[in-house]
Amino acid sequence: MTIWINVIVQGVLVGGLYAMFAAGLSLIFGIMRLVNIAHGDLIVLAAYLALVTAETLGIGPLPALLIVAPLMALVGYALQRLLLNRTLGHDLLPPLLVTFGLSVIIQNGLLELFSADSRRLQAGAIEVATFPLSEGLSIGALPLLSFVVAVAVIGALQLVLYRTALGRAFRATADDPDVAQLMGLDNQHIFALAMALSLAVVAVAGVFLAVRANFDPAIGPARLIFGFEAVIIGGLGSLWGTLAGGVLLGVAQAIGAQLDPGWQMLAGHLMFLLVLAVRPEGLFPRVRA
Amino acid sequence: MSAVRVEFGGRIGRPALLAIVVIALAAAPAWGGRDDLRLLAEIYAYVGLASLWNLLAGYAGLVSVGQQAYVGLGAYLLFALTLLAGVPPLLAIPLAGVIAAIVALPAAALLFRLRGHYFAIGTWIVAEVFRLLASQASVLGGGSGLSLPVGIVTSIAATRQEREFLIYWVALALVLVVLLLIVALLRSRYGLALKAIRDNEPAALSNGIDVTRIKVIVYIVTAFATAMIGALIFLQKLRISPDAAFSVNDWTAFVIFMTVIGGIGRIEGPIIGAVVFFALRQTLADLGTLYLLLLGAVAIVVMLWAPKGIWGLIVARFGWQVFPLERHVVALARSQDSGAKAP
Repeated sequence: MTIWINVIVQGVLVGGLYAMFAAGLSLIFGIMRLVNIAHGDLIVLAAYLALVTAETLGIGPLPALLIVAPLMALVGYALQRLLLNRTLGHDLLPPLLVTFGLSVIIQNGLLELFSADSRRLQAGAIEVATFPLSEGLSIGALPLLSFVVAVAVIGALQLVLYRTALGRAFRATADDPDVAQLMGLDNQHIFALAMALSLAVVAVAGVFLAVRANFDPAIGPARLIFGFEAVIIGGLGSLWGTLAGGVLLGVAQAIGAQLDPGWQMLAGHLMFLLVLAVRPEGLFPRVRA
Repeated sequence: MSAVRVEFGGRIGRPALLAIVVIALAAAPAWGGRDDLRLLAEIYAYVGLASLWNLLAGYAGLVSVGQQAYVGLGAYLLFALTLLAGVPPLLAIPLAGVIAAIVALPAAALLFRLRGHYFAIGTWIVAEVFRLLASQASVLGGGSGLSLPVGIVTSIAATRQEREFLIYWVALALVLVVLLLIVALLRSRYGLALKAIRDNEPAALSNGIDVTRIKVIVYIVTAFATAMIGALIFLQKLRISPDAAFSVNDWTAFVIFMTVIGGIGRIEGPIIGAVVFFALRQTLADLGTLYLLLLGAVAIVVMLWAPKGIWGLIVARFGWQVFPLERHVVALARSQDSGAKAP
């Protein structure tokens, strides 16, 4: 029994990380209908940036985040302004193909720079610290921290979207870009700010990914898929739903892995397909018509 | 009835020219070496895959980044059918296509719940599910894969040369069948509907086209043909593993880049794209990962600044068209028309 409680707790905690993968993705889709296929590779890019920053400056992962997050936001702003804004329009193809090309470029660029060896960001004592809950059941400090940060990130995004002028601009542009432009908003700039915010979240996700597990240049696409599954399971348009989706995905994977190590990913995908089959709008949808 | 008739035409759509090209390629075993045949067969496979992806994305608006699902499925079906059921390898190829088309039905039922962009990532997840299931199939080598036993290989033909010739001809025949299938589909009523969907989906819908039905048909036909090509590719490789059979780089990234660079939404585009891709690969192969990086960059540049690709530029400049797909409305003489209708 304890073993299953343990499995579920671990699944919930890793689900926070998946929700962070998903939050940036869902923000971008919500505001400019752009599905960023390079999202997973950008997470891995952030992980490598954190690694380089931490190693060159000799600082821990969390201080490194203070450098990596603004840096990724800058990358996001530039990427949107110079490249991705050109792809937006009624045609689905350009944004998909350009971000797909970007994904291949980032993956192979990282491969060229860092080789295919898997790396890990050292976090020191916190890596092994645990809180005992009861007999045979304890929670790792690091997974707990990443879950708390995930909740904080999603709460912060929710605040930005619904309580600030920037959030109002985001929502206005999402509802009707033409009218938003007429009201004096600069859509190109708003979109670039949204991408900057998305990649700042990506940076947080990347750092926690790098601390939790080994990573290499090829793991980006799987992170994109986890994030995407969390968005769809949770329901489009709802950030808290995305958190729930991430948690459900994490739990499904943890249960699968407990049954048979080969079933970890498969159980997650099957969970996603099941939701798609019985409730295609997701569990907690909040989509305006 | 109105006094018009619809004719198909294209400037250089001369059957004689195409026939000469096909005969020259069919005679390749007489003029080419072993390496030439191998390279040509690989090009055929990619022309087929890219043409099918073009049909999906360029015509039906179904952008898939998961076509490796059907390449891998076809390949695994080839191994399963020959190894476990004793089916002759060449018969296993069409059989693999049929089974893949049946598998594509429930996959389509799930995937078509995802709209537009999300459909693309959904196809990728389906491919991942197939890959993970293949690595669980211990009779087919599990995660590390297996080789096709010598007995099955020699059952294709006794000598190595005969085998190579036979597989080469099968590869050529298969790509021709795929191209003919696509041309026939585009010349049919469905083709007109597909072009309407390509050009303006809401307008097509409002003109009474059952868009979803046509998209499902295209998805299934593509799965059928993609799986046959997958089976053939791995009949040449003789060795299979989940990572190779369901590789997103090999069977989707390359294919998308070829189609985009050659020209999406036209039959000629993927063919040009495949030839350019292989010409680049033969000269830049030493670059390794840099080659892929370059390819991704070229595809982005083409998508943004020449979205119709190389063939689009050629059409704009010279008005060429190899395959007779353009519909022309021809006015008929009044007497001829009334003569035909005379009681």
